[in-house]
Amino acid sequence: MSIEVKNLTHIYNMNTSFEKIALEKVSVSIKKKEFVGIIGHTGSGKSTFINMLNGLIEPSHGQILVNGIDIHGENVNKKEIRQKVGLVFQYPEYQLFEISVFKDVCYGPSNLGLSQQEIEKRATDALNAVGLKQELWEKSPFELSGGQKRRVAIAGVLAMQPEILILDEPTAGLDPKGRDELFSQLRHMHKELGLTIILVSHSMEDVARNVEHLIVLHGGRLVYDATPREIYKNVEHLEKIGLAPPQIKYIIRDLNKRGFNLDENILTVEEAATHILKAIREGQ
Amino acid sequence: MVEALNLIYEYQTADEDGEIESVVRALDGLTVSVEEGEFLVVLGHNGSGKSTFAKHINGILTPKEGTLIVDSVNLDNEENIWKVRQHVGMVFQNPDNQIVATIVEEDVAFGPENLGVDPVEIRKRVDNALNLVEMSEYKKQSPNQLSGGQKQRIAIAGIIAMQPKCIIFDEATAMLDPIGRKQVMDTMYKLNKEHNITIIHITHYMEEAILADRIIVVDKGKIYLEGTPKQVFANVDEIKKIGLDVPDATYLVYLLNKEGLNLDNSLLSAEEVVNALCQLK
Repeated sequence: MSIEVKNLTHIYNMNTSFEKIALEKVSVSIKKKEFVGIIGHTGSGKSTFINMLNGLIEPSHGQILVNGIDIHGENVNKKEIRQKVGLVFQYPEYQLFEISVFKDVCYGPSNLGLSQQEIEKRATDALNAVGLKQELWEKSPFELSGGQKRRVAIAGVLAMQPEILILDEPTAGLDPKGRDELFSQLRHMHKELGLTIILVSHSMEDVARNVEHLIVLHGGRLVYDATPREIYKNVEHLEKIGLAPPQIKYIIRDLNKRGFNLDENILTVEEAATHILKAIREGQ
Repeated sequence: MVEALNLIYEYQTADEDGEIESVVRALDGLTVSVEEGEFLVVLGHNGSGKSTFAKHINGILTPKEGTLIVDSVNLDNEENIWKVRQHVGMVFQNPDNQIVATIVEEDVAFGPENLGVDPVEIRKRVDNALNLVEMSEYKKQSPNQLSGGQKQRIAIAGIIAMQPKCIIFDEATAMLDPIGRKQVMDTMYKLNKEHNITIIHITHYMEEAILADRIIVVDKGKIYLEGTPKQVFANVDEIKKIGLDVPDATYLVYLLNKEGLNLDNSLLSAEEVVNALCQLK
């Protein structure tokens, strides 16, 4: 499923003294099966943006076309849109409520009028897709670790079989190991299930390692729309708009200022090590 | 400030009939000592026992075994716990769970009010505390319009108004964006360096640990590594083994040394690494 966002503007509390522009003339396009990142610091408009993608907020101006259909148009079945565009909110584990992991994941599909057999199949597939071990399925969700709970919550959305999966800060509060596991699972799902994934984050490291297409919002405006490599060349500007580029980008920049001639596209510490070694050995 | 000796703490889960199903040992003979005026960072992955330890320091949890002395007071009896809490404040992870009042300055006044401090003195303390966290201009506002980093600073001001000797930050930066995290870290640093308040900061952000006087890495309820940031982060393999990260600069040095360079493995900042590499070229 592709998404086409045209001239999207949203103003909260329009025509009151609390009027606030959250998004201003944002146009982007997201291709089918892309793994996209959206970054921006608090107040950049990123939450407003994703809430619009599945029809939770109606834009003041502009259009969102999902597979060519204007989702805020007349006679559009929003229920259908929300099934296709699955949204995993921040701290989704707070929304778990059932007595067992398996039942919790069944909850979504059980509201779709499916047969019991189909519901259970979907829950089984979703739990397998997020890589949660079967021995945990009958446990209470509240007995699991933070990372595990979060995967259950994501499975709950997956069981609705969306074609686009939007995750708002999916690794907030997880430790580095929990974060790495969740990302490798997401990459796997992206590949195996052919999902379009939209990842909202303020960690530039996380985005750098995982997405192919990055959208940067600041003060409600679109400031970058390109690959992470392309965008991360702008260390100073990114810092100015409240984002923290990975430390390695500063190292590369400062080395180049002092006579090295390293590729500005370098994104990871491993790449940097290879290039620096080469430069040093050639210099000697 | 804090002397913990062989602390043991167990969490129990019970089934419907109240029978104990399983026991998890969160602290397994943890021994830590924190000096007055120290800036200590406690690192560890989720479930390592680091937050359990923090909750012992001001008596939210009590150990099954072991001795804990905080501010020269033994925490083995309940009366002492109340004494200690006046001197040891705690900032928690979620900024939204720590605000009790509808106006910023009233929220900051809540702590000293409960200690029975004189109203004139409270006024002074609240103004000072808000000034210190650089939130004075918001004092008449409602906290719900503040950002996460601002809310955390209000929570810190509320503790400062109680004039503590020590503040524990229990993953207080985990839910914040980079700007919010920097604001809170700057505040912590200032409290420590200019006001000599002992800081115990629990986190899994490695770049925040670089500021510490000393780091302890906790794993399976015990101390796994301990030392200055330079000493601790020199152990890249050990740190990665328990699922934690090291700063990019340290990791770069590690990778380069593996390929035959001979750089000082305790380099932490981008600047140090750049200087060292420029000498090689």
